[in-house]
Amino acid sequence: MISNLAKAGWRFKRPSVIPGFGLTLGFTLAYLALIVLIPLTGLVWRSASLGFTGFWQVASDPRTVNALKISFGTAFVAALINVVFGVIVAWVLVRYRFPGRRIIDAIVDLPFALPTAVAGIALTSLYAKNGWIGQLLQPLGIKVAFTPIGITIALIFVGLPFVVRTVQPVMEEIRKEVEEAAATLGANRFQTITRVLLPGLQPAILTGFALAFARAVGEYGSVIFIAGNLPYVSEIAPLLIVIRLEEFDYAGATAIAAIMLLLSFAMLFVINLIQAWSRRRYGYGT
Amino acid sequence: MALDLPQTESSAKVWHPATTESRAARYALIAITLAFLGLFLFMPLVSVFVEAFRKGPAEYFAALLEPDARAAIRLTLLVAATAVPLNLIFGVVAAWTIAKFEFKGKAFLTTLIDLPFSVSPVISGLVYVLLFSSHSVLGPWLKSHGIEVLFAVPGIVLATMFVTFPFVARELIPLMQHQGTTDEEAALSLGANGWQTFWHVTLPNIKWGLLYGVLLCNARAMGEFGAVSVVSGHIRGLTNTMPLHVEILYNEYNFVAAFAVASLLALLALVTLVLKTLLELKYGAELRAASGH
Repeated sequence: MISNLAKAGWRFKRPSVIPGFGLTLGFTLAYLALIVLIPLTGLVWRSASLGFTGFWQVASDPRTVNALKISFGTAFVAALINVVFGVIVAWVLVRYRFPGRRIIDAIVDLPFALPTAVAGIALTSLYAKNGWIGQLLQPLGIKVAFTPIGITIALIFVGLPFVVRTVQPVMEEIRKEVEEAAATLGANRFQTITRVLLPGLQPAILTGFALAFARAVGEYGSVIFIAGNLPYVSEIAPLLIVIRLEEFDYAGATAIAAIMLLLSFAMLFVINLIQAWSRRRYGYGT
Repeated sequence: MALDLPQTESSAKVWHPATTESRAARYALIAITLAFLGLFLFMPLVSVFVEAFRKGPAEYFAALLEPDARAAIRLTLLVAATAVPLNLIFGVVAAWTIAKFEFKGKAFLTTLIDLPFSVSPVISGLVYVLLFSSHSVLGPWLKSHGIEVLFAVPGIVLATMFVTFPFVARELIPLMQHQGTTDEEAALSLGANGWQTFWHVTLPNIKWGLLYGVLLCNARAMGEFGAVSVVSGHIRGLTNTMPLHVEILYNEYNFVAAFAVASLLALLALVTLVLKTLLELKYGAELRAASGH
């Protein structure tokens, strides 16, 4: 019946007895436009008005290029480290029972709840050369605070829950039969995990990586304290936007912001494609 | 009968199921987890409180009672008390539209709602600077009408709203989609009007999910740094929220005071985590059933 109706003509909305569609859709669109879309369009419009030469001038400035390299490079390394340890953490939380598991599970969300500025000063005090961890690394000649390593550590902190919380629910859904089948076919435990379980988790792991990476690229609060903010060495792109704004160089700030948005949307798009492919190939159920 | 039961029992000690790891591997993985989380999450949290009390409780409380710190606390509460309810109303309305109706472009609308999550906080602040600065169309017009947005409280509220925009909607949409429309249809067929249906049927169904979303939204609203830092102008005692106050104190090498204010934010984070865990323990099945799909 319904499909016949739908075939009869194009309709924007399927008929329903629930009231309030016009009102709620109107409010949703108006609020979305006011808070998010109009301001973002303003940014796009502003950067378009720079023209190609103006845009290229900012984009090819070595300081901009270096800041973007540092932002995307450290975010990539941090997301990779988070994938390795995030999967281990998720596995331990899903499969093992040990005292304190609930507390450990709860504390994984700390980076979501702890303001980034607080995380930033706390990490800096730990890794400074007289800090708890910094003074242990000092004799080894490893300098963390005020270097790109420090940036990476802050980004690991920020991104960890994205990986754990994306992978964890999918791990919970793995059916025991899959592992039993692998075992009866003669696979040892290591083979079962690497050949059977991990490929199935691949879409979730990629999503977690993408989320952690996207968050890390734009991160500001937790990074600026530990980074030292040396131009060309440890200056991240969001900080360069702030510096340009403080110089009232709105064109410069806008151009860097537009490049960052473009690059992160492009990377998310590519990751989405890989994910769709890997879900078709390995995905569980969904 | 022919089975040798005693034999299998005696070998049970060395046998471990083919679907778990060996004991050594289990302990190693648990140890890695504890070490990693201890190093990256637990130590920073503890260090906030240790640094805050480094010079004793007297200095700690003096830092919190100082007028600029009190102004920052007041402003943070004011901003959260404005931004969170507005985003709560939006979240409920948007979730109602998306979960209860089938219409063209629904997936696209959902993507747009999630958009602020993929934008750097600094860029979230920048878009409002561009919109309301003295070089823009809107800025001078508002100024001539006596309304200051940038480097004033309205700008801070707007930037916070942008950053916390998706939290409530994102929590409610899957939950309400999972619950479907049968309860509402029953209420309507029994003669309830739309508002009664929402108030007496839908709202009780979603209240825990709603609380969950508000909790996360509030934590982010009170702790937001990047976006707020760009629009605030850092006027001490006037446009400094708590995270910005922490930054200023820290950059002045007033570490005890910086960590004292930071410890309040860390406490807020801990309270948020505890409430969140309690909600998950009590209503976890409901919340999980929704987010799994």
